Amino acid sequence: MKKFFAQAYIWFLLILLYAPLVFIGIFSFTESRVMGNWTGFSTKLYSNLFSGMMQGDSALMAAVKNTLLIALIAAAISTLLGTIAAIGIFNLKGRKKAGIQFLNNIPMINPDIITGVSLFLLFIFLGFSQGYTTVVLAHITFCTPYVVLNVMPKLAQMNPNTYEAALDLGATPGQALRKVMIPQLRPGMVSGFILAFTMSLDDFAVTFFTRGTVGLDTLSTYIYTDARKGGLTPELRPLMTLIFATILILLVIINIRQARLAKKAAAK
Amino acid sequence: MTIKRSSWSIPYLIFLLIFVVLPLVLIAIYAFQDGEGGFTFENIARFFTDQDSLSTFALSLEVAIENTAICLLLGYPAAYILARKDLNRSAVTVILFILPMWINALMRTLATAELFNVMGVTLGKGTLLFGMAYDYLPFMIYPIYNTLNKMDKSYSEAAEDLGATPGQVFRKVTLPLSMPGITSGIMMVFMPTVSTFAISEFLTNNKIKLFGTIIQENINSSMWNYGAALALIMLVIIGITTLFNDEDEAGKVEGGLI
Amino acid sequence: MTQNDVIIRLQNVSKAFGGKQVLDNISLDIKKGEFVTLLGPSGCGKTTTLRLISGFTTPDSGTVYMDGKDISGIPPYKRPLNTVFQRYALFPHLDVYDNIAFGLKLAKVPEKEIEQRVRKVLKMVSMTDYEDRDVESLSGGQQQRVAIARALVNQPKVLLLDEPLSALDHKMRQDMQIELKEMHQKLGITFIYVTHDQEEALTLSDTIVVMNEGKIQQIGTPADIYNEPVNSFVADFIGESNILNGTMIEDRKVNFIGHDFPCVDEGFGTNNPVDVVIRPEDIYIMSHTENAQFTGKVTSCIFKGVHYEMLVDTDSGYELMIQDYNAFEPGSEVGMIIKPVDIQVMRKERLCNTLEGVMTDDSHVEFLDGEFECGAKAGLEEGDPVTVEIAFDAVELLDHQEEGQIAGEVHSILYKGDHYHLIILTESGGYLYVDTQDIWDKGDLVGITIKPSDIKLSKRNDN
Repeated sequence: MKKFFAQAYIWFLLILLYAPLVFIGIFSFTESRVMGNWTGFSTKLYSNLFSGMMQGDSALMAAVKNTLLIALIAAAISTLLGTIAAIGIFNLKGRKKAGIQFLNNIPMINPDIITGVSLFLLFIFLGFSQGYTTVVLAHITFCTPYVVLNVMPKLAQMNPNTYEAALDLGATPGQALRKVMIPQLRPGMVSGFILAFTMSLDDFAVTFFTRGTVGLDTLSTYIYTDARKGGLTPELRPLMTLIFATILILLVIINIRQARLAKKAAAK
Repeated sequence: MTIKRSSWSIPYLIFLLIFVVLPLVLIAIYAFQDGEGGFTFENIARFFTDQDSLSTFALSLEVAIENTAICLLLGYPAAYILARKDLNRSAVTVILFILPMWINALMRTLATAELFNVMGVTLGKGTLLFGMAYDYLPFMIYPIYNTLNKMDKSYSEAAEDLGATPGQVFRKVTLPLSMPGITSGIMMVFMPTVSTFAISEFLTNNKIKLFGTIIQENINSSMWNYGAALALIMLVIIGITTLFNDEDEAGKVEGGLI
Repeated sequence: MTQNDVIIRLQNVSKAFGGKQVLDNISLDIKKGEFVTLLGPSGCGKTTTLRLISGFTTPDSGTVYMDGKDISGIPPYKRPLNTVFQRYALFPHLDVYDNIAFGLKLAKVPEKEIEQRVRKVLKMVSMTDYEDRDVESLSGGQQQRVAIARALVNQPKVLLLDEPLSALDHKMRQDMQIELKEMHQKLGITFIYVTHDQEEALTLSDTIVVMNEGKIQQIGTPADIYNEPVNSFVADFIGESNILNGTMIEDRKVNFIGHDFPCVDEGFGTNNPVDVVIRPEDIYIMSHTENAQFTGKVTSCIFKGVHYEMLVDTDSGYELMIQDYNAFEPGSEVGMIIKPVDIQVMRKERLCNTLEGVMTDDSHVEFLDGEFECGAKAGLEEGDPVTVEIAFDAVELLDHQEEGQIAGEVHSILYKGDHYHLIILTESGGYLYVDTQDIWDKGDLVGITIKPSDIKLSKRNDN
């Protein structure tokens, strides 16, 4: 009985949570310009979206491309910078370590708008013209702390003697790093990269303040401008549906695989 | 010989100084400058004397607090149920709650606003609160779920062993021990809601202006100094809120999302 | 129905978790005021037994009685007994005082009395002046004391202790053992103690309950258990021992390591295979060989602080462990004598592997989730249920799991003087018993094969 009410509550919340997403999914299969007005089943929005992709001239598709590219570059650089930093921080002690960890926490705690405004002022102050580069730099700023945070526990788990054992067996420090340390840190680097990538994809405020006036749009800023003009581009509906479906499928696969691995480990 | 490994932190330290510390210092500098670069208290004073700014500020705080409370009230029971093996066996429901965090917040908000529209609900404060609860509920549930899930079962068993009824076990042991999860949940919901701008515009059809929107409008219309002053005030609020939270709890939680 | 002095009674209790039988029809009486230890290796069911008594687990079948009343359905918070948890489970959000006062506050004891009782119990565990300390700032030993105080302050009729000393270092553990023993004598209440440490059990207990694989192996005083183990598991688990295959020639006469020995045991029949246990300190070793029962050659000699521990190869090719206050150089010829009372004869639990199987066709049989060739057998056809018998030494172990017909893991090892007796846990969850000359380690993953000619089948006629 208790279990029934508990489950009922959980599913009630989930239905509330997913209603808007399902709503978009449903109305991605009709042609009407406004949502909520069903004009019959059609996949025209999807074909519009794909033909836009083919021709490569639609502003929406340019925004999608920018979003992905920026996220990819920012996540890659963040992973590199963050991993090196994590190794350094891990080997620091006392107040130095606490200090740099405190600085590392700031971008995570700061609301997006503060990060955005402060970086905007920085680029003004330095006289950088704002555009692609400044957006990527800004994204690296708020992504790297998450990489550091994901790599640090792996360093703590790692037996410090393995690095020395590699040196003892004749590896140069570079080889020891590549052949012994990196493989052990890889799970943390991968989850750091994924987290950085999704943080970058999700970002709106920081991009908004650092993109300048050259007409650079990511998906978020495109949606924002579009919505403020009133009336969403209908093609956003199939796009959102596709993105949502992709993430859903990916996460379910990842989690099922993890659950299976955990089960296997438990059975041992 | 080889360089010490602790020195590997130096490039990142320099990066942090340029892209994190300096920008924050710049907010303070711009806040106390007039258009010509001279020192002034004008910008700060203007905020405290302008009725509109003050009431927007108060409204923002109110909305953020209310939204955080709604998320906590809805989210805690959900997190509790999810963490209890006897009430919820499936890991899928947990994933379903986390999943929306991966979807662009603007998209989710737009979808919610559209849904309200179709349902014929007038956009206003009510829709703002409900819409934001949609957006931020997962951020409340996840850290609380995490703390509860990791909590050693022997604490509640010990309490029961010492004579506590299930209700007393919850009040005297489970709830106090889940405080770290609650505080980081509050942080993760309160911080973005108090500073939000785009989301509130969508959910109220621009009827209600929040503090974040004013900052954005000032910056965008090149009133940098006043914008910086407002940002500084928000930074102070954020700083005060952070004091209530344990060290890097919020970060730890996010780090474990995957 | 219950005698007056029995406080806890388990009657035919069984419990399974996820298809695995953790407790198999256990019955146990615990007397008032006793110090009872549940002893066994991990996974033997001792902790589950404790949790049945404390109420955190309910039995699948059977009944738990306390003071003659069935308490199987009573939740833990209503049972008048308290537990000291394995890793203490002190509440990290409360200080020492509030941790100890937790139960009393729930019971709505007046504030003043709470204070008196907390102080009294703190004094008892030598933790006066620690009231305001944060529990996480305490050392392991101090946390241990607080955990004991927190349980005792409620004046339980029975105190349950779940491996309470396992997190402490060796020296601290010995000190705490003495204190626990004194506490038990002073309080006069029943202690039920769970441990896998045989030394701890021997030191502390009035009664030891040795458990293995969900069954009670032996109940007795420490001296009983040590001197007269009922089977080779108990003999091997408690103390050091030489466990050997033997044959009971007749009453008071047993043959092992190739010699006949007089003993004191009767009632094992004639020419029956038995297990023989000799404690290493019970073998008399001497440099002259004339009056010896058997002779041998010392192969190693190690000083162990008080005594020397020697390995001796006997004249008939068995290896024995012997402890003596005198050292005998490796290589020296020695004579040995064993007194009749020091020979402990035990019935063998099994003489060969006996398993249930099903014929898959007229020359293949399936058991332990594997299919084995067994040679065509008249009268058996597909689908017939059969009893499979395999001699211990007919089971062949291979280094790689995938090379075998089925796979398994070495679960336990017993040295029997000239060979090893292994218990293999197969992937299907069943056990195989194997005699081998090869050296394996516990936990080794092995492949298992059995020659067709070694599989003996007989038709099973149950339903």
